[in-house]
Amino acid sequence: MKTHTALRWTPLFAAAALLGACQSTPKPGPETDKPPEAGTAVAGGSATGTGAIQPVRRPDSVTGAPLPGTEQDFVINVSDRVLFDIDQYDVREDAAVILERQAAWLNRYPSVQVRIEGNADERGTREYNIALGSRRANAVRDDLVSRGVSPSRISTVSFGKERPVDPGADDEAFRRNRNARTVLIGGVR
Amino acid sequence: MKMFAAALVACLALTGVSLLPSYARAEIEVDVNRGDIRPLPLATPDFEGQRGAEIARVIMDNLSRSGLFGPVDSGGRRSEVAVEPDFAVWKSLGAQAMVNGKVQLVDGRLQVDFRLWDIPAGQQLLGLQFTSTPENWRRVAHKISDAVYERLTGEKGYFDTRVVFVSETGGRLERTLRLAVMDQDGANPSYLTDGSEIVLSPRFSASSQEITYMALRPEGSSVYLLNLETGRRESLGQFPGMVFAPRFSPDGSQVAFAVEKNGNSDIWVMNLVNRQSRRLTSDPAIDTSPAFSPDGSRIVFNSDRGGSPQLYIMDAAGGGARRISFGDGRYTSPVWSPTGDFIAFTRQGGGQFHIGVMRPEGSDERTLTSSYMDEGPTWAPNGRVLLFSRQEAGGEPRLWTVDVTGRILKPAPYTGGASDPAWSPLIN
Repeated sequence: MKTHTALRWTPLFAAAALLGACQSTPKPGPETDKPPEAGTAVAGGSATGTGAIQPVRRPDSVTGAPLPGTEQDFVINVSDRVLFDIDQYDVREDAAVILERQAAWLNRYPSVQVRIEGNADERGTREYNIALGSRRANAVRDDLVSRGVSPSRISTVSFGKERPVDPGADDEAFRRNRNARTVLIGGVR
Repeated sequence: MKMFAAALVACLALTGVSLLPSYARAEIEVDVNRGDIRPLPLATPDFEGQRGAEIARVIMDNLSRSGLFGPVDSGGRRSEVAVEPDFAVWKSLGAQAMVNGKVQLVDGRLQVDFRLWDIPAGQQLLGLQFTSTPENWRRVAHKISDAVYERLTGEKGYFDTRVVFVSETGGRLERTLRLAVMDQDGANPSYLTDGSEIVLSPRFSASSQEITYMALRPEGSSVYLLNLETGRRESLGQFPGMVFAPRFSPDGSQVAFAVEKNGNSDIWVMNLVNRQSRRLTSDPAIDTSPAFSPDGSRIVFNSDRGGSPQLYIMDAAGGGARRISFGDGRYTSPVWSPTGDFIAFTRQGGGQFHIGVMRPEGSDERTLTSSYMDEGPTWAPNGRVLLFSRQEAGGEPRLWTVDVTGRILKPAPYTGGASDPAWSPLIN
């Protein structure tokens, strides 16, 4: 992992931390907090002193990052989903950038097995969308194979429109729900 | 898997015995092909005997739900089945037809006599007796409904039938899908699977005792046969990729389905006797959603080989595929009418989803419904009514019915979240 990665992906990391990920990242951060000095009012505490309230120094932030090779590393630093255009299954340019990173990551951790889950938005009928999701999953598989990932490490499945990531009924939700997700299913550290 | 359905198919013996011959000509008749007619005013006074009121209620609910009959309030009046009714009284209530009956327990068995009367003509049109076990009283009411419907419309009824469907509960992101089965009027619903896996596209066999469906898990999909009587579930076996969209052939000897390999979906068929599978299409496009013609000789299916999803018909042995849909939009989920005269489908166009029908040759296309999401039609066994799922934007799917004219559109009596319905044949 490049050294600047943690800074670059901090917003995403924060989101992941809310989801309960990254609880085990022991990297020490700058610890500058000191116990409040006597007579200093603590924000939110009861003011017992008589002097003017002193401003409290804002604590320095604590940063963290997933350990390389973990599922969190893959999801946060590589990105596990690529999006597709309406009714299409060819890999878009923005998706190719992500798949290049996925392939590089998978080539760095050759014991990892993945399953690619193809998904479709709800603006199609059920069975056609199963078939469309299969096409998307296989397009991602083919792309990863072309970048050197062994096909024996990859399985595919389609959830059609049955497993949306966005419950909405607008174009933005549909855009997000037309995706293929690369799930690490084995061999992860 | 829990199995609740076995009790539904308990020993059943319904015998129809004509009490009196029908008289020559009736004045009243109902034309099922004209959905715009005024419903025929029908009275169903409470039958005499135990459960008599409930049986009369089920009959009225069935017939009025068809849209072809309108309920006439009997005002608490009874009508003895053994004597000629007072036609003047029923006429004054506005009834054109009247069904009366009597329920008796004979040696522990339920015996229901009923008669159908033409009020303006002052004639009896039908007189039948049904017997069964007492717990089967709803089925007796459905049989009577079918007899009345057939006598007045000239078409077979569809009330003594069941519906298998996908029950949907929970929010959009944590939805639980379970197979469920119920009577066509929404009574006696029961779950067939426990919700631990995604289950889709259940379909009845011609015997009504077996269904086929697809189960979808992260590890892949399977197609199953499930016997409703015994609860026995059996997989059709392993396939290279996704296997989905199963349907029985009309004689029950085969199942057609779609198999995906390396992203390409094709139609396959399995002989259930020797378990041999055969591939029927080998186009690089998506081929899915096969449905047999009622004589078993042809299969209508969905393919995007022409650039967008459209309907095609081929020989049941494969080959000879030709496109039949040429209207605006994308056509999917075709299903051949049991009477052979129409193919129903889902059409996506103008930002909406529609249920429509066309002749098997592709002519006479009609759009029957429109909404944010109308999907997955299934035919009543008489080929005159369709059941489908409708979902408003952001909502849960519900079951709706529409007649083949498109004029009688109603929510189905089952009001829970539901999709992918499949109507059974008439129960014997």
